[in-house]
Amino acid sequence: MANQVPLLELKHVKTSFKVPQGVLKAVNGVSLTIYKGETVGLVGESGCGKSTLGKTILRLYRPDEGQVLYEGRDIWSYRGREKKQYTRKVQMIFQDPYACLDPLSVVSDIVAEGLRIHRMYEGQALEDRVTELLQMVGLGREHASRFPHEFSGGQRQRIGIARALSLEPELIVCDEPISALDVSIQAQVVNLLKKLQKEMGLSYLFITHDLSMVRQISNRIAVMYLGSLVEIADSEDIYLKHYHPYTKALLSAIPIADPAVERSRRRILLGGDVPSPVNLPKGCSFCGRCPDACDQCRREAPQLREIEPGHFVACHLAGAKKTVQK
Amino acid sequence: MNKKNDSIKFAPDDFAPLPDSEKNGEQLARKKTSYWRDVWRNFRKNKAAMASLVLMALMVLLVLAGPEISGYNYYSNDYSAVNQLPGHAHWFGTDSLGRDLWTRVWAGGRVSLLIAILATLIPELIGMVVGGISGYFGGKVDMVIMRAIDVLMGIPSLIYMILLMIVLGSGNIATLVIAMSITGWMGSARSTRGLILQLKTREFVTASETLGASPAWVIARRLIPNTLGIRVVGITMSLPSAIFYEAFLSYIGLGVTPPTPSWGQLVKAAGEVFRYYPYQFLIPCACVALTMLCFNLIGDGLRDALDPRLRS
Amino acid sequence: MENRKLLEVKDLVVHFDTFQGAVQAVRGVSWYLKEKETVAIVGESGCGKTVSIQTVIGLNPRKNGSVRGGEVLFEGKDLLALTQKEMREYQGNQLSIIFQDPFTFLNPTMTVGEQIMEPYLLHSRASRQEARARALEILRLISLPNPEETMKRYPHQLSGGMRQRVMVAMALICDPKILFADEPTTALDVTIQAQIMELMNGLKEKLNTSIVLITHDMGVVANMAERIYVMYAGKIVEHGDAETVFHHPKHPYTWGLLGSVPRLDERIQSELYSIPGTPPDLIAPPKGCAFAARCRYAKQICRKCEPPRIGFEEPEHYAYCWLNHPECIRRNGVTVREEE
Repeated sequence: MANQVPLLELKHVKTSFKVPQGVLKAVNGVSLTIYKGETVGLVGESGCGKSTLGKTILRLYRPDEGQVLYEGRDIWSYRGREKKQYTRKVQMIFQDPYACLDPLSVVSDIVAEGLRIHRMYEGQALEDRVTELLQMVGLGREHASRFPHEFSGGQRQRIGIARALSLEPELIVCDEPISALDVSIQAQVVNLLKKLQKEMGLSYLFITHDLSMVRQISNRIAVMYLGSLVEIADSEDIYLKHYHPYTKALLSAIPIADPAVERSRRRILLGGDVPSPVNLPKGCSFCGRCPDACDQCRREAPQLREIEPGHFVACHLAGAKKTVQK
Repeated sequence: MNKKNDSIKFAPDDFAPLPDSEKNGEQLARKKTSYWRDVWRNFRKNKAAMASLVLMALMVLLVLAGPEISGYNYYSNDYSAVNQLPGHAHWFGTDSLGRDLWTRVWAGGRVSLLIAILATLIPELIGMVVGGISGYFGGKVDMVIMRAIDVLMGIPSLIYMILLMIVLGSGNIATLVIAMSITGWMGSARSTRGLILQLKTREFVTASETLGASPAWVIARRLIPNTLGIRVVGITMSLPSAIFYEAFLSYIGLGVTPPTPSWGQLVKAAGEVFRYYPYQFLIPCACVALTMLCFNLIGDGLRDALDPRLRS
Repeated sequence: MENRKLLEVKDLVVHFDTFQGAVQAVRGVSWYLKEKETVAIVGESGCGKTVSIQTVIGLNPRKNGSVRGGEVLFEGKDLLALTQKEMREYQGNQLSIIFQDPFTFLNPTMTVGEQIMEPYLLHSRASRQEARARALEILRLISLPNPEETMKRYPHQLSGGMRQRVMVAMALICDPKILFADEPTTALDVTIQAQIMELMNGLKEKLNTSIVLITHDMGVVANMAERIYVMYAGKIVEHGDAETVFHHPKHPYTWGLLGSVPRLDERIQSELYSIPGTPPDLIAPPKGCAFAARCRYAKQICRKCEPPRIGFEEPEHYAYCWLNHPECIRRNGVTVREEE
């Protein structure tokens, strides 16, 4: 990992919104690096701020504090044409395959939009490029003149992928791209993303709540809870070695598709619900639901610490005692 | 085992693998449909709206061709044939100056409909752009534009009209259209803004932004086209009020100047002799009423056809 | 397990008329449910699983002729022959349903307490006090914290998991014989999903309720179901008890469904097993086997004739697939899952 080139660095990023009840700290001090050619899985439950983090990377939200560095430069220092250039490097795939395509445009216009905005191709060349992009995602020329509502969810998602690929980006932020799809289609889309990564050397930030699927595509996994990262680890490791009590509960909550295993399994059931990210309490954000919370947890927020090489945990108790399961 | 199938005779190649070329897992079985074709299909089901559409088409045809086929023109006086009843020579009769009413009604229809269409579309266009900008940018831009509209809407439009007529000179079609445009765009701007506020958080709009689209691109290509479907209803519904407004302005003397006819002018002129020659009054009135009714019914049909809840 | 059949669906056919033609959502489906049992109907969106249970519980409009055939026998009585009014006696009373999205189902202008009590007041001649007591009892049973406080809240004041619990409480207050759960956990986060699964598994013992679970999540199925029906394109393609379907599946679609779910306790695969293509459009279902176009083992016959029902050693384990036909086995040998 040491010899890899960092592509995108988040440095203590905080993004918040004003809501009637106070300040909603969606992203509350996140530091994360994405290296060239790797996939980072960002896992968390709804409302943990993972989508806001993704949109902050795309310059859709401006962080209140901290920096987003792309190839070493702050993305908010861009001027004029540089802003437009940045959109060619970082692209996004969306969650809802029904809302992410303009219902009034035909597929070829949807895929060609970026190419037209950046005036990259014209006339016949544009048409050829669109066909090429559609073929890359397993669709064909015959689909180009159809409207989005004629396609199934998986096909629409692939149209969205073709659109994101059209500008030949280096980094793609995938915001829950598979959670609205059927299982057999999820695997299709994940395989397609893997294939494209191999062919084009892409980097992904894969945002999802589905730990079992994200493990299959990611090199590293970052677990997010209420605006902060609580654990970062290699995806090979995380099932075997996890230190944060939230990660433990999350892994234990995911059902395994095998009745024999399910019947013999013991679950760590978390009590209660995720608290509101408005007016966060002091201390560790997880301490309200944590079975092991102590006084220190309620007083001060834990920082990410490197417990093992490449394995970071934000928990006062991690490492203090043996918390590894299995 | 299933009893029936044991007796089936199988062909030799029945259990040979099916080649990949015969598997078309990506085919789209349904016929190609587009949004507007869908709308048209639903619209056709509404009988009242369809009848109105046919009637409107007939009306437009008469307005275009009517004055040409009568053999008269709308301005020549014929004192030998004043106030004639509808009959063989003059299909709708003549007015107090002996002008052929058939010709005048359809020539007046040209003016009325032209004003109505222009005075609906131009403010709609202005409203779309202003509402689009206001809704998309939000924040301070939105605040300033919306408050300005509030103020402008607070002033009765008749006051503007009269002022504008004085400044621009009354009596011609252009003045009327300009005056009606300046007073009419606010409503459309408000409603477009409302629609855009809903639309702009949709993922396909965000997708355009992440592709590097400028605000003008997003507004013109993503937002406004997606509001059109709903605004079309508003446009059809505001056409009748434009027709009526024109008639009203002509009636109070702020409309087109004689001898140019419009439906409002005709009604005004005939109002003076209504007791003796009611047909002179009733015919243009019927035209106004019928056109308004048709547009309202068409708008109604369009609204039903465009309603996503009714389509599936 | 000599329990009698509580609910039996026979050859149910449901079509929906659209302008492009009839969508053949359910094309001849038979299944049954025994007392105190959890049955899962598994399949992807659009396979007809939701439509078939909505028909059973009478939520599909019957007047436009959407039910084209079949019987739904509940304790020996054909529910499809009942009028809407007669059906209302059963809805929410002996048959109740919980939906995927609790928020759209709950009335935002009523407190959740009122809403939980409503079906009870409707179906039994209880007073409001009795209904309240019953509601509290149910809320305690599903171990909702602060039941008295929660009863006074409005749906928007509750979190997603709490709303789903309220839905469960509403469904249970009349002590139903059957609880239909339509993707009960899909809209929830995994930690909340675990809570709801635990809750529903506990209900069977506490209340003797049978559950019909509809889902596409094989993990949830593994956790809850005793028997499984796999549905594809409006038909059942495989049936068996949970262990058999998970460990010895016989239909290639079931293989695909199981294979495309990565397991947390397995190593990372270089490529996930996936089913190519998309499910067929049921306006014009393909001839022969509906899955043939996406099946990597498909034979010539699969495009010509519908596969027959073929049974296996395990009791009541059957699948509709030509690969298991003796003639196919005689000519090609036994087809096995490729990734095994």
